Amino acid sequence: MNNDFLVFDHVTKRFGALTAVSDVSLSVNKGEFFSLLGPSGCGKTTLLRMLGGFERPDSGRIYLEGKDITDLPPNQRRVHTVFQNYALFPTMTVWDNIAFSLRLAKMPKEEVEERVSAMLEMIQLSDQAWKYPSQLSGGQKQRVAIARALVDRPQVLLLDEPLAALDLKLRQHMLLELDTIHDQVGITFLYVTHDQGEAMSLSDRIAVINRGCVEQLAGPAQIYEAPASRFVASFIGDTNFFHGEIVTVDGDYCFIQIEGFPQIKAYNDKKLSVGQEVDLSVRPEKIRVTLTPPPPEKGASINVFPSKVKDIVYQGVYTKYWLVSSGLQIQSLKPHSRFLLDQEPITWNDEVFVWWHPDDGFMVEVAK
Amino acid sequence: MNDNPLRTRKAEWLVTAPSFVWLAVFFAVPAVIVLAFTFHGHDASGGVGDWSLSTWRELVDPDYPAIVWNTIRISFEVTLWSILLAVPCAYAIARMNKRWRTVVAGSIMLPFWTSFVVRVFAWKTMLHPDGWLQACYITFLRVREWLFGWLPAALQQALVWAGLASEGRVDVATSTILDSESAVVLVSVYTFLPFAIMPLYTAAEKFDFSLLEAARDLGAKNFYAFRKIFLPGIRQGLVSAVLMVFIPAIGSYVIPQMLGGTECVLIGNKIFMRAIQNRNIPHASALATLMAVSVLIPIGIAVWWKKRQDARGRKRLEEQTARLVMTGGGRAG
Repeated sequence: MNNDFLVFDHVTKRFGALTAVSDVSLSVNKGEFFSLLGPSGCGKTTLLRMLGGFERPDSGRIYLEGKDITDLPPNQRRVHTVFQNYALFPTMTVWDNIAFSLRLAKMPKEEVEERVSAMLEMIQLSDQAWKYPSQLSGGQKQRVAIARALVDRPQVLLLDEPLAALDLKLRQHMLLELDTIHDQVGITFLYVTHDQGEAMSLSDRIAVINRGCVEQLAGPAQIYEAPASRFVASFIGDTNFFHGEIVTVDGDYCFIQIEGFPQIKAYNDKKLSVGQEVDLSVRPEKIRVTLTPPPPEKGASINVFPSKVKDIVYQGVYTKYWLVSSGLQIQSLKPHSRFLLDQEPITWNDEVFVWWHPDDGFMVEVAK
Repeated sequence: MNDNPLRTRKAEWLVTAPSFVWLAVFFAVPAVIVLAFTFHGHDASGGVGDWSLSTWRELVDPDYPAIVWNTIRISFEVTLWSILLAVPCAYAIARMNKRWRTVVAGSIMLPFWTSFVVRVFAWKTMLHPDGWLQACYITFLRVREWLFGWLPAALQQALVWAGLASEGRVDVATSTILDSESAVVLVSVYTFLPFAIMPLYTAAEKFDFSLLEAARDLGAKNFYAFRKIFLPGIRQGLVSAVLMVFIPAIGSYVIPQMLGGTECVLIGNKIFMRAIQNRNIPHASALATLMAVSVLIPIGIAVWWKKRQDARGRKRLEEQTARLVMTGGGRAG
């Protein structure tokens, strides 16, 4: 695989006093589904616009297949964008919208027809070809926008929050469709989103961006299970943070002391030493809540803390518990397997036990 | 939908009635009166005489076809130049930030604070033979002669119709811009330009400029995107702007009266002359009717032709869709 297919090399972009993108270096593989994930205003769209040619970086270069494209205007880059609002041409039919780039390239008529029909078939809109964008539903517009950007086989397809304007059901459907299209065309997709769910389910790799910097670049599982920073841990999914100091190191494990709280055992994968301040992140679904203490076969080494149920939110697939233990708030998720037979029900103000395995906590170092 | 009281038939009539009454009183009735006058003679004291076809018979004046043609040609020129200037203006204003937009749009309306006749008088001064505009005009004539003088006669005539040249040989040494057709076109464009900019600006303001970005993204050059995406996008504004300029230009008489001299007499001047100076109201009415018909017939033909084209286009699209669905289905099966 070509590791230098698309490269951002120390790219910086400022808008007045605001630094939108700060010294970002990234490389995207050929054919990859790559996501830029971050909160709104983090600079991910600016990165995309610089790749599209709509903004010029203040410093740094952008390379595509070894060629420096930093200074090329948008119409000279074989990089197409699917815009958030689709930006379909309202005065043209679906057919003419899709054929736009081919006709610009002065492609022979028969080939245009062939390619556009093939695209229409792929997005399953052959019978809508002569409609105008205003006559289409949101999902159909979305598909036309994708077809229009893919029809002349660009080197990279940029998708700028393409699903943000769709409702939940349609969004889930389009996610699958995007995945299928990516598999079919084999073009590199660069996907910008603030929705971690979208990024996680589609991407080969994700760059988590915050305040113009890349916080972490890794696969979805790694980003979720081994977040590189407190920001990544809190942005991707819910989590419990325990802020404390390492007081004992015991082989691969260590003990963390939090004021007014029993010591927490955690896996010390970063080989931190005593005295180091850490943020321990424990995902809610990894924390169990039971009325009785955990069975002894779970081992004596797990973390068990008595606590009190403060709030319960039933959400169908799972129930969310808010608990208080020695003054600390802890949240836990419990999936439902068998309705009514899920042990005895836990209700408000019950005295319960909260427990998790030390391996399920992940430590994020705190810089001093 | 049906619970909405405004959607019922009766309420619809009630709501639209005032505008119908307005149109009837101030448009339909006067039009009928004007048409009726043409079938009357006139009496010596300037009143409207008995029913007669004499007015129409008098209208067979060898000058009139040329004047009608001139009026249409000049109005067309004025419309063309106004639109050519107004489209970039509207585009530029719509792309400005909100504060500048208000300032510029406001300053376009500023001349309306001065009387129209006063403004035309001001032009009379500016176009004086000793002025710098006269010098520009002479240069313009020389350049035009150099550009087009060698062309064959038929092509020269085509240029005349396109408004790029004036009829007959021009003696550069004695030409003045004042009292010429050029002055009429220039000042008419000046006068009607705001009426062209405003509807275009309104349309351009609603235009989604990210579409131009999308076109650039797909490989279009700036001008191509402007032509293929922006112009069709403001089509409604273009139609309004053309009508807003062409219609008043057809009826204009103050500008040719004050700046056109003897060279540029338009139908408006003739109507004015017949109605006010000769006090022959039926004759003036007949001229107005003649002018209206001369404009409405080509427009009617154009609308009919456009409708026929649209219907044909729709039919072709339907056939193509049917074919596409069939082949698509065949492939799937």
